[in-house]
Amino acid sequence: MINTPHTLSVVAPARLLAIDAHAEIERIARCVGEQVRHDLRRKAVVIGLSGGVDSSVCAALCVNALGPERVIGLLMPEREGSPDSVGLARQLGEHLRIRTIVEDITGPLEAAGCYRRRDTAIRTLVPEYGDAHRCMLSVTRVMDGRASVFALVVESPDGTRQRHRLNAEVYLAVVAATNFKQRVRKMFEYHYADLHQAAVVGTPNLLEYDQGFFVKNGDGSADLKPIAHLYKSQVYELAEALDVPEAIRRRSPTTDTYPLAQSQEEFFFALPWSVLDVCLYGYNSGFDAAAVAPFAGLAPEDVAIVYRDIEAKRAAARYLHEPPLLAGPIRSASHR
Amino acid sequence: MADTPNDRLRQQIRRFVIDSFLFGQDELTDDESFMDGGILDSTGVLQLVGFVEGTFAISVADDELVPANLDSVASVALFVQRKLSVPSSSAASVC
Repeated sequence: MINTPHTLSVVAPARLLAIDAHAEIERIARCVGEQVRHDLRRKAVVIGLSGGVDSSVCAALCVNALGPERVIGLLMPEREGSPDSVGLARQLGEHLRIRTIVEDITGPLEAAGCYRRRDTAIRTLVPEYGDAHRCMLSVTRVMDGRASVFALVVESPDGTRQRHRLNAEVYLAVVAATNFKQRVRKMFEYHYADLHQAAVVGTPNLLEYDQGFFVKNGDGSADLKPIAHLYKSQVYELAEALDVPEAIRRRSPTTDTYPLAQSQEEFFFALPWSVLDVCLYGYNSGFDAAAVAPFAGLAPEDVAIVYRDIEAKRAAARYLHEPPLLAGPIRSASHR
Repeated sequence: MADTPNDRLRQQIRRFVIDSFLFGQDELTDDESFMDGGILDSTGVLQLVGFVEGTFAISVADDELVPANLDSVASVALFVQRKLSVPSSSAASVC
């Protein structure tokens, strides 16, 4: 909760979330090395590369921790993904001199009915929806920022777009179907982890981890998550210090989940990550909305709405973070 | 004394919320906040909207998805009553 009003005036806005990138890289690399060798007792790591900054930074950190020969990059395109993703991931693999493997997951997704189940649900709203149409989900914050509703944006073959607010049944059907993408990717990551006695690296940043922007047992599943404590702007700082290729650093964060090109903010966050970073930092640090407003470039009442959204998403994320619940103690398990 | 239309609306809405979000078990007062009580999340808002649209044959616009209309049994009942009293589909929002 937000407590006493504070002032942020002692900190220059641009430096609000500044970190010593080189020291943090060294610290994380040490931590990852310890975790993989001693805690997990694995010989390597597998990491799904999306061509985005988060997975690229994680891969670079793992190279620093373990050496390039112990880092396996997995590229998992599917028929609706952005072609840029594979190209940029390949570029990163070459840059880091790590082994990369390409697994096209279109076949497994077709077999699971990912596209068919989603399109069947969409056709209850847009009966003419077919292979030549494309779609994405767009978020609108409602209830004074305490809930979000999604609209389906459908682009016809002639380029015209229509927008339908989703009812609960269609929303759940579309999400449940598209979540196959993250879960199939994770299945392949663990396949290669088994093959190489490797650990799987999860790549969420703090915004995604805290706010639940991940699929349970999909991209939310991993053996270690080396940047889950870092704000997105801090991840970019590390990316620069790690010499991640500029094309990756300049790319806008994308979900790469729906056929229409879509930013993360259209899908989930409703605001640019840079603004959310500042708001989440302000919220976590106990600053009231008015104190954060000038740094976020928002009116105080809008920051208050973002704060309520942070609380709502955090509450919704509780289930996603929850490990399986047991009905009694297990004495023999060596939980740490 | 006979139930008023608002009483009947409240009963219908309360029954739906209890059955859909409270496992049919809990008590729910008419003024209890759905959001403060963690009764509704985003999907719950969609389900509640689907219920009032389907049950009362009204249409709810995005800008009507505000706590004043949807955050308690009492507010939903008043909102529905207002919508039902407006003849056209362009019912005014209270926000």
